[in-house]
Amino acid sequence: MTAPHLTPRARRRAGRGAPLPLLVPALLGLAFLVLPLVALLIRTPWGDLPDQLTSPEVWQALRLSLVCATAATAVSLVLGIPLAWLLARVEFPGRGLVRALVTLPLVLPPVVGGVALLMALGRNGVVGQWLDSWFGITIPFTTAGVVLAEAFVAMPFLVISVEGTLRAADPRYEEAATTLGASRLTAFRRVTLPLIAPGIAAGAVLAWARALGEFGATITFAGNFPGRTQTMPLAVYLALQSDPEAAIALSLVLLTVSIAVLAGLRDRWMTAS
Amino acid sequence: MMTRHIRRTRRTVPVAAAGAAALLALTACSSSDSGGLSSGSSASASSSREPSGTVTVFAAASLEESFTTLGEEFEERHPGTEVTFNFGGSDSLASGITSGAPADVFAAASTRTMKIVTDAGLADGTPAAFVRNELEIATLPGNPDGISSLKDLTGSGLKVVLCDEKVPCGAAAQKALEAGGLELTPVSYEQDVKSALTKVELKEADAAVVYRTDVRAAGDKVAGVTFPESADAVNDYPITLLKDAPNTAAAKAFIELVRSDEGQRVLTEAGFRKP
Amino acid sequence: MTHTGKTPPDGTVPGTAAGGTPAAEGLDAHLVVDRGAFRLDVALRAAPGDVVALLGPNGAGKTTALRALAGLVPLDGGRLGLDGRLLDRTPPESRPVGVVFQDYLLFPHLSALDNVAFGPRCHGATKAEARALAAALLERMGLADHAGAKPRKLSGGQAQRVALARALATRPRLLLLDEPLAALDARTRLDVRAQLRRHLADFEAVAVLVTHDPLDAMVLADRLVVIEHGHVVQEGTPGDVARRPRTDYIAHLVGLNLYQGRADGHTVHVDGSDDGTGTGTGPVIVTTEDLTGPVFVAFPPGAVTLHRERPAASSARNQWRCEVTGMEAHGDQIRADLTGGLRLTADLTTVAAAELGLHPGAEVWATVKAAQTHAYPA
Repeated sequence: MTAPHLTPRARRRAGRGAPLPLLVPALLGLAFLVLPLVALLIRTPWGDLPDQLTSPEVWQALRLSLVCATAATAVSLVLGIPLAWLLARVEFPGRGLVRALVTLPLVLPPVVGGVALLMALGRNGVVGQWLDSWFGITIPFTTAGVVLAEAFVAMPFLVISVEGTLRAADPRYEEAATTLGASRLTAFRRVTLPLIAPGIAAGAVLAWARALGEFGATITFAGNFPGRTQTMPLAVYLALQSDPEAAIALSLVLLTVSIAVLAGLRDRWMTAS
Repeated sequence: MMTRHIRRTRRTVPVAAAGAAALLALTACSSSDSGGLSSGSSASASSSREPSGTVTVFAAASLEESFTTLGEEFEERHPGTEVTFNFGGSDSLASGITSGAPADVFAAASTRTMKIVTDAGLADGTPAAFVRNELEIATLPGNPDGISSLKDLTGSGLKVVLCDEKVPCGAAAQKALEAGGLELTPVSYEQDVKSALTKVELKEADAAVVYRTDVRAAGDKVAGVTFPESADAVNDYPITLLKDAPNTAAAKAFIELVRSDEGQRVLTEAGFRKP
Repeated sequence: MTHTGKTPPDGTVPGTAAGGTPAAEGLDAHLVVDRGAFRLDVALRAAPGDVVALLGPNGAGKTTALRALAGLVPLDGGRLGLDGRLLDRTPPESRPVGVVFQDYLLFPHLSALDNVAFGPRCHGATKAEARALAAALLERMGLADHAGAKPRKLSGGQAQRVALARALATRPRLLLLDEPLAALDARTRLDVRAQLRRHLADFEAVAVLVTHDPLDAMVLADRLVVIEHGHVVQEGTPGDVARRPRTDYIAHLVGLNLYQGRADGHTVHVDGSDDGTGTGTGPVIVTTEDLTGPVFVAFPPGAVTLHRERPAASSARNQWRCEVTGMEAHGDQIRADLTGGLRLTADLTTVAAAELGLHPGAEVWATVKAAQTHAYPA
């Protein structure tokens, strides 16, 4: 009996909270993003799912995906945070150009990125030929190659996110730290890093998610070999060639795992901060 | 280098388009109202007349060079027509067609992939093979590793790439290896024949098992090595008119051109053999 | 309190040419920072125990001077000596300098205790040592109960004290405070000012604070250095500066009418008279001091008496016909700005203002007794 009374009030409250010109496109946007996932769920051959989940190949690909995406995120963090700091805090000629170059992998079709990586780090590549002749290291067709390909595509997300947070962070905290006797490195480590931790976390999540779904650069640079370089997206793509239903099931596994990981991390950060 | 690049990009775009079409179909949306083909409907109503309008051809990636040539020839012979190609992996194309992608002609790289379309009842008549393709080993220019047989690829120290078994060239390579009683562990199972070839062209792999036509198309960037086991893994290329073809007249005319002596000449030049 | 020397008004310090030996104790600095359009050129000397306030309007260069002392802005000239050591090229982290920043800049991710322990940690103390020291300092500041609190949980006054404790934790030989009370509301300000005064009095080394608030400066510092346009315009004890302002800015801050002119015995001919004739027939102020040459004359607004008619039998020797240009309430008084015979500010009671029928545009006579003026050499 209370429902009719509540409804108009609830509507009024919603109307006051979000103006219609914002609410409508917002909901449309949400629907646009969610609908394909819903469709995927609707068309999932649920009966096949147990078979897929018990197949060792799927687990192999899934494990490789998680390991490589995490490693690529680690590489991005180690190289990307200092790069973001450089872009945000140090004035140097051509900084705008460098920033544009950093974001290049975002606009580059991943397959082109993979070819570019081959030309740079391949056995016959600009740098790769020296790696091969001096150290006997060849990167293509190895798990390390997968990590590099994913990091190449994912790192810009981290750099952009961290740079933005750094720009928003008050550089005077670093100054305050130096007046207390902290070297620039100590100030960065003990003051700046904790201050920009949320931005780093957001960037790392973006980078990890991007790395997890990476396909084009990976298959071009690292090839496709089960257990070594075949990540889930590659497995999904190849399954799509012969067995679309299996591909859907595989996609679902990838989606579920990534959502579980992201949601889990989010909870941890929420409680940690 | 430049032409190679253009060819790559042209090829990847339709693949993506086919993927998008497949996804659209998965989301239960109708995709039959795709624009740009409206002129076809009037042409199909009067099939006896001179072909006109746009004819859309879904063709296996390996047919790209020869079909592009034939397409230009077709447009020259029948002014007012335009041939639009969607080159890609035969499987992607087939699933695109079964998902409702608007196409007039389908030329597949294997009878297996064609079967997907015929099983779905989408082929008009029985598809017939118009060419066949054989496997060849693509090696580095000058064949520095002295590869002369399929067995040589199993030697250690060689980086060999194969197509994934799920795509036709991979299935064919597997068949050839089985015929020779050989076991081969490649460094990578590539997603299609072109990317397998690219790995050799970029000298990242020492050899790849690909189609004769691909070796031919790569020019002097790779050297081809024939092997007897390829006879056991011949790929027939069937072509068919599609039932829901928006432009039947032009589609029929295009298939005729492919089957004609002129068509066969262009295809043979590209490395295909007559069926 | 002893002062190692007085700085002449032109801002140069004798014997501070590059290479000279800085004073053995305390601060001996000549700060030159060139920013194209703006040039800071300020000499500062202070003995241990001194609290010096840099006072000046916004954009005068006070904060730049402070940042130069801290090493956050490089010197383009001059030098910086502290306790006999030249610090010109010393990076901020190696200077024995502590800074309390305007908005404190307490590290938001660290507790009050860890904020204070940060400096000792950087100076090589173990975590336990640093925390013990920090706890003792917070105790002294009366903040023992808030040691574990994150800065966002602290009130403005508490945050200010944590910031002071943090700056003191490295035992600096030079303590810098940038507008230490500016971030506080009026009520808190009163308490914190008194506490800060106590802590600064206890501080055994040199303290330099920057402020644009004359009250803060006068309460906290035992010497004022007034900076305008990057240069020192006046320097002295708070009482000295308040009594004998040398620029309109200071006169305004301390609430005095100030005029510059030439004295000839007990008469002062005011420069740049309002009549604009420039003939030297401008206003004249009669004073009790007997001086010759360039002088300043100052008198407080309360010394001005206003009359509707020219006072016939007034004992006041100084009389000017003026026009009211503006009025505003000033506490329980009315402050009137006048122009005409002399540009001046007058304070009068609300009743007096009503009786005079004072309003902007009204014509009045202003009188000031010679005994209430104060003339001093320029």
